[in-house]
Amino acid sequence: MIVRDEVEDLRDTALDEVQLDRRLSETWSTPTGLWGALSTVDHKIIGRRYIYTAFIFLALGGILALAMRLQLSEPEARFIGPDRYNQIFTMHGTNMMFLFAVPVMEAMAVYLVPLMVGTRNIAFPRLNAFSYWMYLAGGLLLWIAFAVDTGPDVGWFAYVPLSGPQYAAGKRADIWAQMITFTEVSALAVAVEIVVTVLKQRAPGMSLDRIPLFVWSMLVTSFLIILAMPAIMIASTALILDRLVGTHFFNPAEGGDVLLWQHLFWFFGHPEVYIIFLPAVGMVSTIVATFTRRPVFGYLAMVMALVTTGVLAFGLWVHHMFVAGLPRLGESFFTASSMAIAIPAGLQIFCWLATMWAGRPVFKTPFLFVIGFMVIFVIGGMTGVMVASVPFDTQVHDTYFVVAHFHYVLVGGAVFPLLGAIYYWFPKITGRMMSETLGRWTFGLIFTGFNLTFFPMHILGLQGMPRRIYTYQPEMPWSGLNMFISLSAVILAAGFLLFFIDAIRSAASGPAAPDNPWGASTLEWATSSPPLPYNFARLPVVGSLEPLSNNSETLSVAGGLSVDRRELIVTSVVEALPEARESSPGNSIWPLWSALATTVLLIWSIFTPWAVVWGSIPVSIALIGWFWPKGTPEDDT
Amino acid sequence: MFRGINKAKWPFLATFVLLVVAGAFLGWARQPRELRTDPPIAADLDHLRLMPNGISGAPPESYFAEGKLYESDAYNLSQGQRLYDWFGCPSCHRDGRGNVGPSFLDGWWLYGPEMVSIVASIRDGRPHGMPAFRDRMTIEEIWQLAGYVQTIGAYSAKVGATGRKDDRQTRPAENRAPARILFDEGPVGVHPDQGPSP
Amino acid sequence: MRTALVLLLSITATAAGGSGNQSALNSQGAPAIHVEHLIIGITVVCAVVWLLVMIVLGWALLRKRSSDSGPPRDRPLTTIVSSAVAATVVIIAALTIASFYTTRSIGLPGNTALTITVRGQQWWWQVIYADANPAFSFQTANEIHIPVGQDVQIQLESADVVHSFWVPSLAGKQDLVPGRSNSLLLRAERPGTYRGQCAEFCGLQHTHMAMMVIADEPADYQRWIAAQRENSVMPTYADAAAGKAAFLSKPCAACHTVRGTSAAGTTGPDLTHIGSRQTIAAGLLETTRGSLAAWIADPQTLKPGNNMPMVPLTSVELRDISAYMESLK
Repeated sequence: MIVRDEVEDLRDTALDEVQLDRRLSETWSTPTGLWGALSTVDHKIIGRRYIYTAFIFLALGGILALAMRLQLSEPEARFIGPDRYNQIFTMHGTNMMFLFAVPVMEAMAVYLVPLMVGTRNIAFPRLNAFSYWMYLAGGLLLWIAFAVDTGPDVGWFAYVPLSGPQYAAGKRADIWAQMITFTEVSALAVAVEIVVTVLKQRAPGMSLDRIPLFVWSMLVTSFLIILAMPAIMIASTALILDRLVGTHFFNPAEGGDVLLWQHLFWFFGHPEVYIIFLPAVGMVSTIVATFTRRPVFGYLAMVMALVTTGVLAFGLWVHHMFVAGLPRLGESFFTASSMAIAIPAGLQIFCWLATMWAGRPVFKTPFLFVIGFMVIFVIGGMTGVMVASVPFDTQVHDTYFVVAHFHYVLVGGAVFPLLGAIYYWFPKITGRMMSETLGRWTFGLIFTGFNLTFFPMHILGLQGMPRRIYTYQPEMPWSGLNMFISLSAVILAAGFLLFFIDAIRSAASGPAAPDNPWGASTLEWATSSPPLPYNFARLPVVGSLEPLSNNSETLSVAGGLSVDRRELIVTSVVEALPEARESSPGNSIWPLWSALATTVLLIWSIFTPWAVVWGSIPVSIALIGWFWPKGTPEDDT
Repeated sequence: MFRGINKAKWPFLATFVLLVVAGAFLGWARQPRELRTDPPIAADLDHLRLMPNGISGAPPESYFAEGKLYESDAYNLSQGQRLYDWFGCPSCHRDGRGNVGPSFLDGWWLYGPEMVSIVASIRDGRPHGMPAFRDRMTIEEIWQLAGYVQTIGAYSAKVGATGRKDDRQTRPAENRAPARILFDEGPVGVHPDQGPSP
Repeated sequence: MRTALVLLLSITATAAGGSGNQSALNSQGAPAIHVEHLIIGITVVCAVVWLLVMIVLGWALLRKRSSDSGPPRDRPLTTIVSSAVAATVVIIAALTIASFYTTRSIGLPGNTALTITVRGQQWWWQVIYADANPAFSFQTANEIHIPVGQDVQIQLESADVVHSFWVPSLAGKQDLVPGRSNSLLLRAERPGTYRGQCAEFCGLQHTHMAMMVIADEPADYQRWIAAQRENSVMPTYADAAAGKAAFLSKPCAACHTVRGTSAAGTTGPDLTHIGSRQTIAAGLLETTRGSLAAWIADPQTLKPGNNMPMVPLTSVELRDISAYMESLK
């Protein structure tokens, strides 16, 4: 081994650009064909896959939303029966939260974070591949179950005892609970990768105060995932145990507690909102900086606001339970903390406003989506302040007011920035530009359609319309607004359709994109569009918050990395001083086998607890295969 | 438009196609939960053909046409579980282990384990104290309850068996406890109050 | 255009809000009135803040920029942003305090003269008027009578899953949680019928789980109580009498109670005075002989999945039983 190293350890410093490109490509590229696609560990390929899949789930969830709007467009409609309707709204919520919103934000991070911190691959790339397969399996499980009329019908927060063994017959609730396990395993895996990538793989010189805001937001998000998701995994596992093994976690007659579920669920469920929203904060900051031609005002304040939001996120969950009969004094505390989270959110808004005021705005499509975000999200924040008040909440909890509120927060606060981010990073990801004309139409349709659809829901809620009802009687004064909402939903859907058309068309035949079409200043624009398999021919060295802002031609680079094996630089946590050359694992099929074995175990365990015993055997075999030394150069560290 | 997709974008396409194909196939295979049984089918459920001794026999045609759903469908079984309490079965059979009435858990079915026998027992009553429920329950409810009763004493747990109730636990739930593992020392024979076996 | 839209929607809201008897914006009881004041107050404050943010946004984006000036200094911006954050803190604190005061005013007072127990069932409301003298206790379903101008404590329990008791015009909602007992203050300032609906998803027929709260003048209330304490009336007409016989011999009696007869089932609602109630099937239909017949004939079409089975009846039996039900005033 040592002999071979001495003979063959070729470093990038010894090669010119053309040779370097050839050697790095040999080392880093993914083989073409099926086997290559199944075994790849390239964060760009996996990230792209994640994004496509998440958007397919978005489209499917949107179709469900349209089905619900059809049913609610007139009183006592009979397009969809109660059983199917309950499945549809449960699927819509579950799908949008667990299969779209969280994964798509992680997907953007999987693609962008390694590029933005200037490294060659994400940390633990095989775990990354595994996480995608788990996510896909969880999504397929849910949707196939729905197709065979076994879709969960207990609401996306599956309150016991309705979801418990006595009242939820069949495997519907089990499928919901096990789908949680799939997506949470995958989310936790990605969170760990992001944390390690951000803390240990940053380009030399990118000290903590030079990290792009998007990367900061993903770091905070990843910590939130790591701290919040175990609560829901415990809850859903306890639910499966109650249902299958006959434990009594949620059975009051045997000393269990129904509210235990609500506490566990919302201890996850509230941070979940910030898990979705904080990446969007990062996207907005990035887009604002680029399209106002100046750095975001108050970098330190923004970072502090991100961290504060992340901490406060764990102190709010009880505001989802204000009408469950908890002591009023305790609820008052949660009113105060829920109100308090408006302060960091407000600070962020003010910083963006200051940036826009001080900068020179360029009104391209990504920036339009950010403006839409400001308009809508502030409304969502305001209604958030409203529902934080206990008396106010007793009137609007579980009504269409709350439906309106969380769509304003989640669509306004996360989907608008996400669409802006897609328009913004599309050229980097595909190497082609999206259409500016269609982009403006898309924005106009989605913005108009969204507000016309969801604003009237506030009024419906105050008029007494509860959520999750499959129809309403003609004597209730809701039919006019419901018809209006259903028609507006068509505009919204048309906007999304146009977006998909634009994205697919541009990916195939859009105009070729230059490396840095927007004149942005973060590192992902320092490489080609789309990036090469090894991201950067020579790893950049960073000397400021905006490495590309002064002169992108003279980016300093680090040398001395081996080109014969996958290698990247590990740096220190705070200062990002180079610490070591570290090998990065190569392609492997074993993450796929492991994911398949785990899938078998998890689905089988819906039917018998013995699956956990027998099913762990294939998982163990797959993991042994995964970690067995293969004699590749990357095995030496 | 699709030329671009061919390049390294096939996972996207493959996922999509997989979803559509799977959805179509499974949509074809799906069995919706029936909340309302058509009156003619419900009426037909009453047409049991029992053997002369009242044990076993042929269920009505519609029962097969519907895929024997009262003994396997989770929704009907769980409805049966609720009916078991609502119609006072525990007052004689307790949680299934029997008291005044016979046990369902001892592996010994006085009239056999077939659905028809159980339906007939509930509908028409049996000697030694089992009342007829024909005037208290609809025939569909009787089938649901019979499915549940059969589940209590099944030798191996059904896939759709009900879970535990939100109540004091007195025995493992039906999905945990095939009757076989709850057997006492062999069949308990005849309860003194029941007289000789029929 | 947006403003016009908001205006339009507000007009719609006002128009519709006035007519609805299930609306938080049409409050007729002290707790709901306090909350409505809070709702309007917070909404106005929030709307003003939103407008200010939008004005600043528009100005920041569209202001004229001199082409030659260098990059603006950050210091004045820091001051402005800091003051904006300070203003946020003040507004938030004020709203929090307002919320606390309202919370105090909607809480249950120490003792209330009248306590009514409501048990949520899939998918109807069991209402129990308990009395120290058991002979005076009675049950009804999906309809609660309360005296006007009096604090009433509603004791909330669940027989199965989580439900939520919500009569928007009288008070905010409160969950009915299995294994727990919650209570809620209800008070009506004016006589009237106030509709309420289950607000926590509780399964297949969550949609059709409504109830009526009827606020009576004290004298009317006492008359109603006295009437409810009576056993069911004897049918006077032949069809109702035949209906009673059919009711008692068919599966109906296994689930329903009609006091004064042998029907003593407890699974379904108490029907002793069903003819006096405004609606049947938890607010689904107005009580008429026709709707009673429709409901009895095919409950699974009107309310799919509910626990009342379709009992095979001849048309004569159906007519007689609905006549009997209607006669149970």
